[in-house]
Amino acid sequence: MTGTHVLEAHQLVKRFGEFEAVKGIDVEIDRGESFGFLGPNGAGKTSTMRMISAVSQPSGGTISIFGLDPRTHGPEIRSRLGVVPQEDSLELELSVRHNLEMFGRYFDLSRRVVRERATELLEFTQLTERANDKVDNLSGGMKRRLTIARGLMNRPEILILDEPTTGLDPQARHLLWDRLYRLKREGVTLIITTHYMDEAEQLCDRLVVMDQGSIVAEGAPRTLIEQFSTREVVELRFTTDDHEEYFDRLAPFAERVEVLPDRVLLYVNNGDDTLRDVHAAHITPTSALVRRSSLEDVFLHLTGRTLTE
Amino acid sequence: MLARSFPMIGSRRSLRVLERNAMIYRAQWVMLVSGFFEPLFYLLSIGIGLNKLVGNLHVHGQVISYVAFVAPGMLATSAMNGAMIDSIFNTFFRLKISHSYDAILATPLEVTDIALGEVLWALSRATVYSASFIVCMAALGDTSSPWVIFCWPGAILTSLTFSCMGLAACTFMRTWQDFDLVTLVQLPLFLFSGTFFPITSYPHWLGAIVWFSPLYQSAALLRGLSLGQFDWIMIFRAGYLLFIALIGLYIAARRFKKILTP
Repeated sequence: MTGTHVLEAHQLVKRFGEFEAVKGIDVEIDRGESFGFLGPNGAGKTSTMRMISAVSQPSGGTISIFGLDPRTHGPEIRSRLGVVPQEDSLELELSVRHNLEMFGRYFDLSRRVVRERATELLEFTQLTERANDKVDNLSGGMKRRLTIARGLMNRPEILILDEPTTGLDPQARHLLWDRLYRLKREGVTLIITTHYMDEAEQLCDRLVVMDQGSIVAEGAPRTLIEQFSTREVVELRFTTDDHEEYFDRLAPFAERVEVLPDRVLLYVNNGDDTLRDVHAAHITPTSALVRRSSLEDVFLHLTGRTLTE
Repeated sequence: MLARSFPMIGSRRSLRVLERNAMIYRAQWVMLVSGFFEPLFYLLSIGIGLNKLVGNLHVHGQVISYVAFVAPGMLATSAMNGAMIDSIFNTFFRLKISHSYDAILATPLEVTDIALGEVLWALSRATVYSASFIVCMAALGDTSSPWVIFCWPGAILTSLTFSCMGLAACTFMRTWQDFDLVTLVQLPLFLFSGTFFPITSYPHWLGAIVWFSPLYQSAALLRGLSLGQFDWIMIFRAGYLLFIALIGLYIAARRFKKILTP
């Protein structure tokens, strides 16, 4: 282990029979950093997460967490990690509070300590009023918050979140993000997988884009956007069944053109200028939108498809 | 130290799984009470009911009432049912439906701790239930011997065997439909294992097959213990039950590993 890295993985491979889910990735994560794994379903994010949570063994390559090898120090490593899995996997038969208390017991915390921490974390995740309810009666957002609270019972140095906001409504997402910012400020290292671009831009200091088991790009969100996209994007919609037919006519106006089923994207430096030029050429879209480039565009460029498909 | 030398067996952390199950059962006390009454109903209905019809029996030269014959068999059966239901149904639920085990594996616990913890839990339950059953046996006056107390460890051993078998079996279940297979195994075991009548009544070939049934070995062991008819073969019977238990636990731990940490 060198310097401040809390996690280092080199040429990490995960195979399931013939299928290679993770194809030799390299990752180094610093203490206190908020690091994202971005990619569509099936990109190998969850397999990677399971390896860096010291749950499943790599099929190849090396991994070191807190300078320890998960093959020999699994329990020690896991006692310092918090994991928020994709599926909540809460104890449906237990109350909200008991879910937290029992989880703390797995870390050999005393009954007094688990009670105190449960109270504290219920407050932190705004679940105090539901403390004695059965988990089954909670909304999706509340279950998610409870799962995060559960992952914090052992005061982890690294919190690993696998698609933390999938399936949540906007309010629930923002509340969750707010809690994650606070943890970050307290110095907790966050490792997040997501297929939401806005989430990655909001939360991550640095991220890797994964596609089909490999890392296709790495950097800070802003850097990636500068590197792989233009400053602005013009989105045009036409009354047509096939937007493809506009490709040739629009190509001269932009550095790059992407045709999606319902719209055409023009990658340009000044969106308003381009839009004026398009209108001047007597091309009349039914709607037009100029916006800043986002990670979504980076992803589209790198993998040739939209992320949410 | 033991855990390091035998990594298939699990560590002290398995006690946390015990604690977890106890916490869940506290919230579901009806299930706890039903586990107590079920064997009692067996004893009352079959034992007392058939006693009048059947009359006395000769077992190894000893004349005993039918209740005294059937009660150890009922004890073995209830130990089997309790252990199988808990390990198969509840473990399947945690393994494949609620994914509780996946959550537990994010803590210092290992897969083997979970498997061992579930077995320990089954044993704790068996300890309480079989004690209550033996008290009922004594209260109903169908034991002539104070040796009945040795049925207690015998019943706990039986629970160990069947909970390990159940744990191994449940890892092969794909859907709830597969549970019909459990009944398909459990019912003939229950009916043909010499719990209701001596297997000497069977044709020779059937008796030979039944001999391999762990429930038969358990019922025979408990019967011997309750009547105070000690015999070297009891050591063999206990050894057989322990052997099946270890095979079950080994398969369960391996399968758990494969399913939970692919």
